[in-house]
Amino acid sequence: MNNHYDIIVIGGGAAGLTAGIYLSRAKVSTLILNEGAVGGQMVLTHEIANYPGIENISGYELARNMKTQAQKFGCVIKSNIKITGLKLNGELKEITINNKDTFTSHAVIVATGGKPRAVGVPGEEIFKGKGISYCATCDGDFFTDKEIIVVGGGNSALEEAVSLTKYASKVTIVHQFDHFQALEHYVAEAKSNPKINFVMESKIIEFMGDESLRKVRIENRATNEISEMNVNGVFIFIGYVPNTAKFEGMIDLNEYKEIIVDKNLATNIPGVYAAGDSIVKRYRQVTTAVADGTIAALSASEYVNNLKKELVTV
Amino acid sequence: MLRTNLTHVLSNQEHAELLQENENVMICCGRMGPMCIPVYEVMEELEGEYTNVKFADMEFDSPDAKVIRNLPECRGFAGLPFVVYYKNGQVVKATSSIQSRDQITEILDQHFGNNHK
Ligand SMILES: Cc1cc2nc3c(=O)[nH]c(=O)nc-3n(C[C@H](O)[C@H](O)[C@H](O)COP(=O)(O)OP(=O)(O)OC[C@H]3O[C@@H](n4cnc5c(N)ncnc54)[C@H](O)[C@@H]3O)c2cc1C
Repeated sequence: MNNHYDIIVIGGGAAGLTAGIYLSRAKVSTLILNEGAVGGQMVLTHEIANYPGIENISGYELARNMKTQAQKFGCVIKSNIKITGLKLNGELKEITINNKDTFTSHAVIVATGGKPRAVGVPGEEIFKGKGISYCATCDGDFFTDKEIIVVGGGNSALEEAVSLTKYASKVTIVHQFDHFQALEHYVAEAKSNPKINFVMESKIIEFMGDESLRKVRIENRATNEISEMNVNGVFIFIGYVPNTAKFEGMIDLNEYKEIIVDKNLATNIPGVYAAGDSIVKRYRQVTTAVADGTIAALSASEYVNNLKKELVTV
Repeated sequence: MLRTNLTHVLSNQEHAELLQENENVMICCGRMGPMCIPVYEVMEELEGEYTNVKFADMEFDSPDAKVIRNLPECRGFAGLPFVVYYKNGQVVKATSSIQSRDQITEILDQHFGNNHK
């Protein structure tokens, strides 16, 4: 097995797959290493209606198309792997997966995206899939005529709360602040829905139940008062955290653990670039991830070309 | 029919036959949705590795899927997909909602032995 590539891309979401397409098409040998299912957050999206040139497509299909396109150009993709060793300094980068196979490259693109933020309180792991959900379109119909909570105060939380009223008899939005971060029209729509009510300045401190979720304990942040609420389901939409833990201490991150990059998407380590939702940026969308993937690919291949030229002239 | 490369279980009868003909069976009962697709993908990858296990899927909304939906082991489940592991026709483990490759292989190794490739 040839374990050396010009460039290794860590992460196979929109950013990583785009980098794979650009690089492989330019005959730069490329390996994408992806921890979960290829496609990343696109796979979590039922419908994408704002990707230019495609009126409507499921996230899964868009991801599959990108994957096929990259593979057709010769990009090698390994999914559901675990990176167990990482050496990013120096001219030859080394990445070990599953404590077994080691791959080397001249440059690396980090495109590890983000994952849904968990509330992080007792009971959350136990009742995942048994009352706790992070996907309204997937699990909404399990809560037909039942009472549920939506946690969060951003666009996703309010939009999903409204969509869940199709199923649930009552939706309570629990939000930690006294105001919402969501755009005004999402707030207005939620407020005008008779099935939705609000518990503000509050947070869930425990999920409780037996074989499925039965109730939650809620703390009011203003009064410190603790109350219990009987519910069948809780949907959590409190944002995303960047998947950058693996790179802490190696690549420079900001206070939110996002990767710091320059305009060419280069990190502090020569030959290491980053793209997509894991970098410092304001708008996290498929289109912006795709744009980042392109820039990182072009910057990284220029770096590799220069490196190869240097090696020849030395 | 689900758009996967797994064996599709389309009826009660096919479900019974599958359990009869295979000692170790993993069935993922779901839809083509965000929480289910990653599980199918892991199963497709594991098919080549765990030759001692039969991997299959079943459409959650098909009427015959009640053979899985109504299992006592799935009581309290409220997240797709429902994944059920059978040994000699008996349920040995059931999970609800998305699972990672590590979580799945841990169950396969524990219940079906880790004598895979
Ligand atoms: C529910 C939902 C709906 C959305 N709807 C839209 C929409 O309609 N339109 C739109 O434009 N955007 C939408 N977005 C945002 C959009 O999906 C993301 O901004 C974009 O997909 C990010 O792409 P990415 O490649 O940067 O990261 P990701 O998609 O997060 O991909 C990162 C990949 O890296 C892998 N990975 C993580 N850590 C490691 C590691 N250590 N080693 C190897 N691999 C690793 C992950 O498994 C994943 O596959 C939505 C997001 C969500 C969650």
